[in-house]
Amino acid sequence: MTSVQVRDVSLSFGAYDVLKELNLDVPEGEFLVLLGPSGCGKSTLLNCIAGLLDVSEGQIFIKGKNVTWEEPKDRGIGMVFQSYALYPQMTVEGNLSFGLKTAGMAKDEIARRIARAAEILQIEPLLQRKPAALSGGQRQRVAIGRALVRDVDVFLFDEPLSNLDAKLRSELRVEIKRLHQKLANTMIYVTHDQIEAMTLADRIAVMKGGVIQQLDAPQVIYNKPVNRFVAGFLGSPGMNFLDGEVEGDAPTFVATDTKIPLGRYGFGDAAKPGKAVFGVRPEHIATGDAAAAMPFQVDARVELVEPMGSDTLVWTKLGGQSFAFRVEAERHLASGDQLRIGFDPARASLFDGQSGSRM
Amino acid sequence: MAEQLLRAAPELAVASAMPARARALSGPHGPRPRRRFSRRNVFIYGTLALVAVYYLLPLYVMVVTSLKGMPEIRLGNIFSPPVEITFEPWIKAWSTACTGLNCDGLSRGFWNSVMITVPSVFLSISIASINGYALANWRFKGAEVFFTVLVVGAFIPYQVMLYPVVIVLREIGLYGSLWGLVLVHTIFGMPILTLLFRNYFASLPEELFKAARVDGAGFWTIYLRIMLPMSLPIFVVAIILQVTGIWNDFLFGVVYTKPDTYPMTVQLNNIVNAVQGVKEYNVNMAATLLTGLVPLVIYFISGKLFVRGIAAGAVKG
Amino acid sequence: MTPTYQGRPFSLFRNLNAKIASIPMILTALVIFVGGTAWTVFYSFTNSKLLPRASFVGFDQYERLWATPRWLVAVENLAIYGVCTLVFSLVIGFVLAALMDQKIRFENTFRTIFLYPFALSFIVTGLAWQWILNPNFGIQQVVRNLGWESFTFDPLYNADIVIYGILIAGLWQGTGLIMCLMLAGLRGIDGDIWKAARVDGIPTWKTYVFIVIPMMRPVLVTTLVIIASGIVKVYDLVVAQTSGGPGIASEVPAKYVYNYMFLAQNLGQGFAASTMMLLSVVIVIVPWAYLEFARRRRHG
Repeated sequence: MTSVQVRDVSLSFGAYDVLKELNLDVPEGEFLVLLGPSGCGKSTLLNCIAGLLDVSEGQIFIKGKNVTWEEPKDRGIGMVFQSYALYPQMTVEGNLSFGLKTAGMAKDEIARRIARAAEILQIEPLLQRKPAALSGGQRQRVAIGRALVRDVDVFLFDEPLSNLDAKLRSELRVEIKRLHQKLANTMIYVTHDQIEAMTLADRIAVMKGGVIQQLDAPQVIYNKPVNRFVAGFLGSPGMNFLDGEVEGDAPTFVATDTKIPLGRYGFGDAAKPGKAVFGVRPEHIATGDAAAAMPFQVDARVELVEPMGSDTLVWTKLGGQSFAFRVEAERHLASGDQLRIGFDPARASLFDGQSGSRM
Repeated sequence: MAEQLLRAAPELAVASAMPARARALSGPHGPRPRRRFSRRNVFIYGTLALVAVYYLLPLYVMVVTSLKGMPEIRLGNIFSPPVEITFEPWIKAWSTACTGLNCDGLSRGFWNSVMITVPSVFLSISIASINGYALANWRFKGAEVFFTVLVVGAFIPYQVMLYPVVIVLREIGLYGSLWGLVLVHTIFGMPILTLLFRNYFASLPEELFKAARVDGAGFWTIYLRIMLPMSLPIFVVAIILQVTGIWNDFLFGVVYTKPDTYPMTVQLNNIVNAVQGVKEYNVNMAATLLTGLVPLVIYFISGKLFVRGIAAGAVKG
Repeated sequence: MTPTYQGRPFSLFRNLNAKIASIPMILTALVIFVGGTAWTVFYSFTNSKLLPRASFVGFDQYERLWATPRWLVAVENLAIYGVCTLVFSLVIGFVLAALMDQKIRFENTFRTIFLYPFALSFIVTGLAWQWILNPNFGIQQVVRNLGWESFTFDPLYNADIVIYGILIAGLWQGTGLIMCLMLAGLRGIDGDIWKAARVDGIPTWKTYVFIVIPMMRPVLVTTLVIIASGIVKVYDLVVAQTSGGPGIASEVPAKYVYNYMFLAQNLGQGFAASTMMLLSVVIVIVPWAYLEFARRRRHG
């Protein structure tokens, strides 16, 4: 059953279109991540689903009910914000109970719900404290608790971990994933952090310019990006891009002196000659003995070495353009060294030179 | 004494460590020597002290004059301290000085001012804070237009609107009454206060407001339960701003009230600048000090908040 | 699937509470500020005397206004007072602020002293200075008692310089505020600027003139607007200190308006004079607002 449905939603502020005829179906129990650079409209979309922003066009359904004109409180959602948004003058307990009291819920039911949320999030010892006396991680737990006590079908997260330092962020990330496994609610999660997106999501919606570019499972998005933007946005270090042309009946990618045969590449449509961009991820490139087994091989001269700890990123030139690949950290290379590298074009991506979409 | 010891201490330490570290420490070492009475310091403190004397002089003259008897004033100079201290002028200023036919002193004006200031402050701040909250968080079509008119209106000289307000007050039957003046202060305090509150509420994290809406709170609940408890400092600033502004007002007082309801400033001016009778300078100065006492007390106890308040309210002029 | 919602709520009732709460603001803006101003301008073209009457006389009131010596004196006084206040309070305020910014001791004490006059009413300020400048008891007499018999300093009784006597009191009351605003502006400047200037060996005065003052532009603009709007409204100070005297030597426009509206029962003249005050404000504010608006647009 569909939990959240967004139909042809547009939103403009004056002449500026933030969302453009956007469609999105989120099945019940799914963890969906909205991913994109700042200004892509992902937070705006979340605010529209929450009812905090009015849409200009289109409809929003939650659990099959049209909630386009409903108040946020009547939509059956809970929301967690980046800045936590805890009411500073209330205790943790006051924060958790404020919405329930406003709704006129019975006292013992409120107490029961707070107890349950506090147990799940392990914040029982903090209930009588004020937000100012909490650490960043504790505050975010309370903020999640505030969504939890509402006992709703849909959780909305607006970059909840962005204000935390790297260590706490990875801890809470795991906890949110655990929470999802336990509650099995629908969760919609906005972030610009691709690691968060990859680790948490059942499906990722990559957004740009108010439009969803690609909506699919994390592995598909990572390995088969639909266009150059998606390919470039995911992965760190980023995908290598080579500008060149597709030529011939037995299609070959040509960038000056480098010729890559595309016989093994899975074209969507028939191969079309013309300008194109060839993309391959640094971790899909083999060196040494492994390179010898690859369908495409070439000699490379090391230009720059970046040790990353777990592995080492090596920069070289291919077809006159910058090109990076990964080697094990133990392998000691210096600038000027020669070595053989190779990869399988079947794992690469090829984009149209004009439209940038996958070929 | 302690300071001298402290300053001597490093040298002692160096002396005791001398044999081992002598070579490393030849040449300049340790803190650079500074002279207490450098030319720079003498210039800075000298200038500031001189200006401070200029600023304090009027207050000093007012105090000593108000404590002298008239014969002493006629003989001595205004800067000399009183030979014989008398509180007679203060008592006279408070309870028997004459304005026109009334000879019950400034006390009448004082209580009038209290009865004007208290409701004016309460009313103007209540209305302006709710306005500012609506403008910051519940934007509706046209709200910004009215607000712009209001802020631009703050620059219009009051003289332009004096008479139309007379007509409005006459129409609703409040002309000449204390409540009429309360209404006038509420109206003319609105631009600056609304601006103050709007900017303050807009500076609070918007997500807090969103969270409260998701929690199902409405317009008044969010204002009373979320915004008000977070806004104490700005309310204090607004109260300081309004109390001093309304207490010190003269123009509205003289235009919109009658002799019976004159606020303190108007009455003070009438006492001191009365044409008939012998000038009693000591009583005049006591009356002037009495009128300035309320804002001065607020100023000295509120400190930095006062600075914030007037910086915000200075536009009102 | 069609929307199940029963019609969009009528737009007037959306956000209803916010609209109800804004009624006082809307009424004030429309009735008092827009309506009142338009009313006054409208009736400035009539020959209203004791009561407003809608019988038009064109620009008669304005012609009479500019032919009245009292008004001309008032305008001249305001010009002198305005220019002097602007120059002196900016210069003194900035110098004081720069001195206060040298990490001095007793900063709070100095600030408290410089600012306390601002807490006082103009009436109190005017009366205090009226007393100090009194020729028979004040500064003039004190200096004469010291043996300098011919010393003369009686600005409040000399028609030629009376406006400067008022200026002394005005500056005494207002400069502390300007100092505070400037100090806040100085403190708002990134401390690294000072470090960079010190490393580059730029003298302090040069840093102030060429780097710091240009960086304080927003504060300077605010300060200018504050000073300017205070100048046009000057009224209480004159009433308390000189009542416009000697003769009409210290009249100001705001006082002229009050006298004609409420004492001389010549409403038309009062309306014309107040409209002229409005016009002078418009002439100052509109170009400024235009420039600020254009600048903000350019910078997004």
